[in-house]
Amino acid sequence: MINKYEIIETVQMINERHLDIRTITMGVSLLDCIGTTSKATARKVYDKVVRSAKDLVTTGDKIGEMYGVPIVNKRVSVTPISLIGASHLNYLDLACALDKAAAEIGVNFIGGYTALVQKGATAYETALIESIPEALSITKRVCSSVNVASTRAGINMNVICRLGEIIRRTAIATASESSIGCAKFVVFANAVEDNPFMAGAFHGVGEGDRIINVGVSGPGVVKTALESIPDGNLDDVCEIIKRTAFKVTRVGQLVAQTAAKMLDAQFGIVDLSLAPTPAAGDSVARILEEIGLEQVGGAGTTACLALLNDAVKKGGIMASSHVGGLSGAFIPVSEDIGMIEAADSGALSLEKLEAMTAVCSVGLDMIAIPGDTPAEIISAIIADEISIGVVNNKTTAVRLIPVIGKDVGEYVEFGGLLGHAPIMKVSKISPKKFISRGGRIAAPLHSNRN
Amino acid sequence: MKAFITVIGADRIGIIAAVSGLLAAEKINIEDISQTILQGNFTMIMAVSFSEDAKPIDEIAHLLREKGDEMGLDISIRHMAIFEAMHRI
Repeated sequence: MINKYEIIETVQMINERHLDIRTITMGVSLLDCIGTTSKATARKVYDKVVRSAKDLVTTGDKIGEMYGVPIVNKRVSVTPISLIGASHLNYLDLACALDKAAAEIGVNFIGGYTALVQKGATAYETALIESIPEALSITKRVCSSVNVASTRAGINMNVICRLGEIIRRTAIATASESSIGCAKFVVFANAVEDNPFMAGAFHGVGEGDRIINVGVSGPGVVKTALESIPDGNLDDVCEIIKRTAFKVTRVGQLVAQTAAKMLDAQFGIVDLSLAPTPAAGDSVARILEEIGLEQVGGAGTTACLALLNDAVKKGGIMASSHVGGLSGAFIPVSEDIGMIEAADSGALSLEKLEAMTAVCSVGLDMIAIPGDTPAEIISAIIADEISIGVVNNKTTAVRLIPVIGKDVGEYVEFGGLLGHAPIMKVSKISPKKFISRGGRIAAPLHSNRN
Repeated sequence: MKAFITVIGADRIGIIAAVSGLLAAEKINIEDISQTILQGNFTMIMAVSFSEDAKPIDEIAHLLREKGDEMGLDISIRHMAIFEAMHRI
């Protein structure tokens, strides 16, 4: 029998420490929606998304009530659209169909306006990539991603060169809304097919027809647990993070299984993530500070983050039958109050963030940079971050927002879960020649790892 | 189907009467009640079981929340499965 202390612990984790399910994401295959014309395909895409996910939001809300745990987002990811529109190249019709379907079923984001071009881009994938600025400016809910590298294929520098310009064009196309289009676009190395988190979610071609992937959260729960051992050594710190991650992930597993059953879909994975929000008490940076840093960004930050990331995975892995996605600690700058403060005070630089991404999940995420940052510098920042993923055999990503009209010292407000951020300083030393060379960086050697 | 109800807030006359009255009307049986003071707050935990013709738990959660709002208390209900998932291997 569950005792009263266990009941109270659960209630406090949810009520006071922001334990929540960050997202239930339904992955929907669109491979059976390819029609003879772009209009026919768009109609089939709309119909399938609405048919598959029409009950997603109400079911998510019901599960939230059943277990008394907030389920913050309900979202949909789809097969990379570059494949679905390949025969007619009119991708904007598909973007609009996705946007309309997302609005109809009541989800705030739908992911999968995606191309996987780690080794080479076909004409149809190039067409999708070129359409991204317009697609993200004429839609509200569509999210886009491009996989530019993998540990097995190496790095496609031709595409990275192009993406600097695409990100700039997206920023300009959405300049009136703080360049928010760029917050809905992610560049990946080693992209995963079952990621439930936006903006990088897409439904891989190796997946089933309808899949439920769940992303958990709970930075506040971990921080509060750490407060109970102010003088514990790092073994104690790891142990308490593992125990907390186990409990958090068990909730994710329960919700994922319940959602899959109620929605008659296959259970995919639980993503063991510490995903912050701008709310006070929901910050990954604050966990690192609780471990013993004066402020995130200083010396010791990478080590603390490595410890945290590993302990979260070790604690969570036994709690779920299928773990996947981006599992690990996220460090999006604009979505984490501790990161925002550190960026603002100058404690946290872009260079330190890059180092941190070598030991945690995702990458350079939700970072606002000056609006006049040249395309080749954006491309080179992407190349640096992608190299970390490729060489270390992990997923890394870049979501940079060059905020048009703003410079270092100014702020940008994206609103809601996307938060706000100071514009961060970017090195102006030119990588133009390196980026303009084009070609591919070969896959790295996997012996003699030094 | 079993669930736990937690009532958190300032102690006052009629809390048990109000919650148990609502549960009786909704065909939900109370199996156990315990009370404690936690960080200065009155905290009551009820273990309950739903009869076959009771309303679904999400509707009961809504009714309890309304009752809580009326009485200035935080009243919530959670399916037993979430506690078992978190605290039992």
